[in-house]
Amino acid sequence: METKNLISIQQFCTQYEIPVTFINALHEYELIEVIVTENKNYLKEAEIERIEKMIRLHYDLDINLEGIHVIDHLLDRLENLQSQITTLNNRLKFYEDF
Amino acid sequence: MAFIDYYKILGLSKNASETDIKKAYRKLARKYHPDVNPNDKEAEKKFKEINEANEVLSNPENRKKYDEYGKDWKHAVEYEKARQQDHYQRSTNDPFGGYSEEDFSDFFSSMFGGRSTGSSYQGRQVKFRGQDLNAELHLNLNDVYKTHKRTLTLNHKNIRITIPAGLENGQTIKIKGHGGQGINGGPNGDLYIKFSIVNNTKFKRDGDNLYSTIDIDLYKALLGGEQMVDTFDGKVKLTIKPETENGTKVKLKGKGFPKYKKEGQFGDLFITYNIKIPKNLSHKEKELFIELKKLR
Repeated sequence: METKNLISIQQFCTQYEIPVTFINALHEYELIEVIVTENKNYLKEAEIERIEKMIRLHYDLDINLEGIHVIDHLLDRLENLQSQITTLNNRLKFYEDF
Repeated sequence: MAFIDYYKILGLSKNASETDIKKAYRKLARKYHPDVNPNDKEAEKKFKEINEANEVLSNPENRKKYDEYGKDWKHAVEYEKARQQDHYQRSTNDPFGGYSEEDFSDFFSSMFGGRSTGSSYQGRQVKFRGQDLNAELHLNLNDVYKTHKRTLTLNHKNIRITIPAGLENGQTIKIKGHGGQGINGGPNGDLYIKFSIVNNTKFKRDGDNLYSTIDIDLYKALLGGEQMVDTFDGKVKLTIKPETENGTKVKLKGKGFPKYKKEGQFGDLFITYNIKIPKNLSHKEKELFIELKKLR
């Protein structure tokens, strides 16, 4: 499998000074996806931003994995709700303009 | 420049222990951290205050100075200046170690001259993401019909961004890493651009669908015919069926607005017919209409 847009977990952990066990734990909690190819574990480049956030939540704010799980879920919901509000506001404007 | 009660900010009494300070700071940081309060300016402001309070109270030297002078901090500044006269020179070389000047209050800067380097915080150095920045971009509906690139100037820096077709009014897009500088080597914040889209076209927009009303004359509505109509990207010829009623709606599939981030996909255009009744009838026309009436 091509490793384009993938980052080796080992390399990622070295760069961010975190143990590999943390990434494994995030994976076990199904918070992130790990791609295994040729016996090596990789992270998707597109997921790095989310993982960075989880690192900050855990190491800077002492939030455990259960807490990260809840926050991640709630932030997703918040984003969806904000997007719905925008759509509904535009729809309301559409009818008000008639 | 007003006195800031750092104990009050952290909800502590003056005799709080180092552990109390750390606990209070962590508790409030969890509540107001930018990661858990996206796009919340109030939380961002509060988070800065908490950081500043922690910066002072978690550093024994700063805390001692703060406790000693308290509300008389102005005298402390004067005293310090006099005491250090020649050998005191405030470092201008990144005194905040990643913080920008505006991340601290004037009060803090006057009393402590900048961020201390010897924080008492043990263990991992706290890295914080830079603050997220918000900007609003005003565009016309025409501007978001096709994906295009645009250069914006923000804080004297040029940023080239892609404006995807199909953006909604009020929609926000994130430009990663173009926000405030990270703290203690933390990553930069993001730039959030909110789009304010003004519709100055004759089309009304609801999501991906467009709506417009066209006038057709009575005879075309009764007898049928062809009519050129405007769509967002040009004109099309419509066939009007005979005996078309006023208010009839027709759908032009795929002639609506582009679907956001779905290249090549479009919504529909709905056209409502408004049948115009002829005015100022001539004598002859009136006679003919009377004749028509009799036939019914």
